[in-house]
Amino acid sequence: MKQIFEALEKDARLTTEQISTMTGIPVAEVEKTIKKAEKNRTILKYKTTIDWAKLGEEQVWALLEVKVAPQRDVGFDAIAERIYRFPEARSVYLASGTYDLAILVAGKTMQEVAIFVSEKLAPLETVQSTVTHFILKKYKEDGEILEGGEAIKRLPVTP
Amino acid sequence: MSKSNSSYTKVSSSYISHKVNDIPPSGIRKFFDLLSSVEGVISLGIGEPDFVTPWHIREAAIYSLEKGYTMYTSNQGLPELRQELAKYLESYCGLSYDPDNELLITVGVSEGLDLALRAILNPGDEVIMPDPCYVAYPACTSLAGGIPILVPTTEENDFNIIAADIEQQITSKTKAILIGYPANPTGAVMVKKELTQIAELAQRHNLLVISDEVYGQLVYGVEHTCLASLPGMKERTILLNGFSKAYAMTGWRIGYAAAGKELIKAMTKVHQYTMLCAPIMGQMAAIEALRGGDNEVEAMVRDYDRRRRVMVRGLRDIGLSCFEPKGAFYAFPSIKITGMPSEEFAEKLLVEEKVAVVPGTAFGQCGEGYVRCCYATSLPEIEEALKRMGTFVNRHRHRQ
Repeated sequence: MKQIFEALEKDARLTTEQISTMTGIPVAEVEKTIKKAEKNRTILKYKTTIDWAKLGEEQVWALLEVKVAPQRDVGFDAIAERIYRFPEARSVYLASGTYDLAILVAGKTMQEVAIFVSEKLAPLETVQSTVTHFILKKYKEDGEILEGGEAIKRLPVTP
Repeated sequence: MSKSNSSYTKVSSSYISHKVNDIPPSGIRKFFDLLSSVEGVISLGIGEPDFVTPWHIREAAIYSLEKGYTMYTSNQGLPELRQELAKYLESYCGLSYDPDNELLITVGVSEGLDLALRAILNPGDEVIMPDPCYVAYPACTSLAGGIPILVPTTEENDFNIIAADIEQQITSKTKAILIGYPANPTGAVMVKKELTQIAELAQRHNLLVISDEVYGQLVYGVEHTCLASLPGMKERTILLNGFSKAYAMTGWRIGYAAAGKELIKAMTKVHQYTMLCAPIMGQMAAIEALRGGDNEVEAMVRDYDRRRRVMVRGLRDIGLSCFEPKGAFYAFPSIKITGMPSEEFAEKLLVEEKVAVVPGTAFGQCGEGYVRCCYATSLPEIEEALKRMGTFVNRHRHRQ
């Protein structure tokens, strides 16, 4: 079973027939497994990793450190939920250490990100402080190296 | 060529020993020269992983260089590496080897093989090995003064070498059996039951077995059995293995031999005069490979397995019968339906469709009618190569 998901995670465009060949699991069973995984949200979505900079699209990313006051009964979950509902917050994590929430924010401009932080995030009642780190350069995303990578240097025929 | 030049060639070739003259050049090399002249080729002719050595291993080697580890090591190899290796062999196949006396670090399995043969062979001694087999087996045997005795293996028997077939070839000159499973070029694996028969035969006839298990970690859906782990076999087995295939470390040239004290002592004697020691950078990297755990190896194996299935299915879909390889990263399809000999098939396929495969005959006469296709290459490349091969097979099948 794990093989199905590992293959899909590497290339979401694989057909069930291809996955069946790769894993030796019958097509019908592959289909059933994927359907079920989609339904119970084991597979959350099919995603493409794009280097937007190559398309000349300006995109600004920031990593936010947010300190919040946990609330009785709901802990960090309630405030996290308030934050993750904003589409600007692309990823939201509860972290150990000197702050509580780590948030990845994306916007078209620095201004847009700044407005989100100052007008939406900071004013939230339980948010005590925020630190905004703008991302200067992306080296690796979702396990993919953006520039350079590693070219294959093998000889075409070896023993 | 000028006159003086040609007479120079004549004189210098007269210096070459009969032994070397008599050895044919590797069939793989010959093909390589042809290949370099064609552009846009998809190569299934490769005998190494398409992964780069995992970063933690490379990083450890870089660090060791920065720290100044650039000198000779002891002949037998770094003690730390031999200790790690002993631990690894214990957990991997339940064998305990004494790191001080029973392990030798070699320059790849290639050197280990050469040392083993040179350490045991007297002129005229015979070594029994499967046909087809890895190109170096017969050549190194001859170079060491021995006589390679080839035992045919067939697709019907999953390219396993059969104990009864070996037995027929045993003479008073037979010194050893040389096997390499999982096999290059066939991808065949010998399971415990079959290996046990070889083990019993070796004990019955008091033969040594040299077991090249460099593909031992690359098996799919079956378990690899370490020959030395079978009852009574540790003392009569020279186990050869290395880091090249499992850890994607071909260029580092680090292998090892595990055997009884006297055998290792003899091999070390040859090694100390001819090689001195394996390169320290590679040895440092190998320590990290062993310490780093097998997660990356396991991920690579799962990845090879997916490509293996695509390759085998694809070959069958285009009409080539293909035995199911359960180890290494080769498929060995039969090309008999084209009516072409292997070499002609490989050459025409290269020229007409720009796909490189290695003719089975590069690995022995029993490779006739087969080609070796390596699936350690990207999936899109495998798929494109299969498409081209399909076109080729179709064209030539109808012509008959």
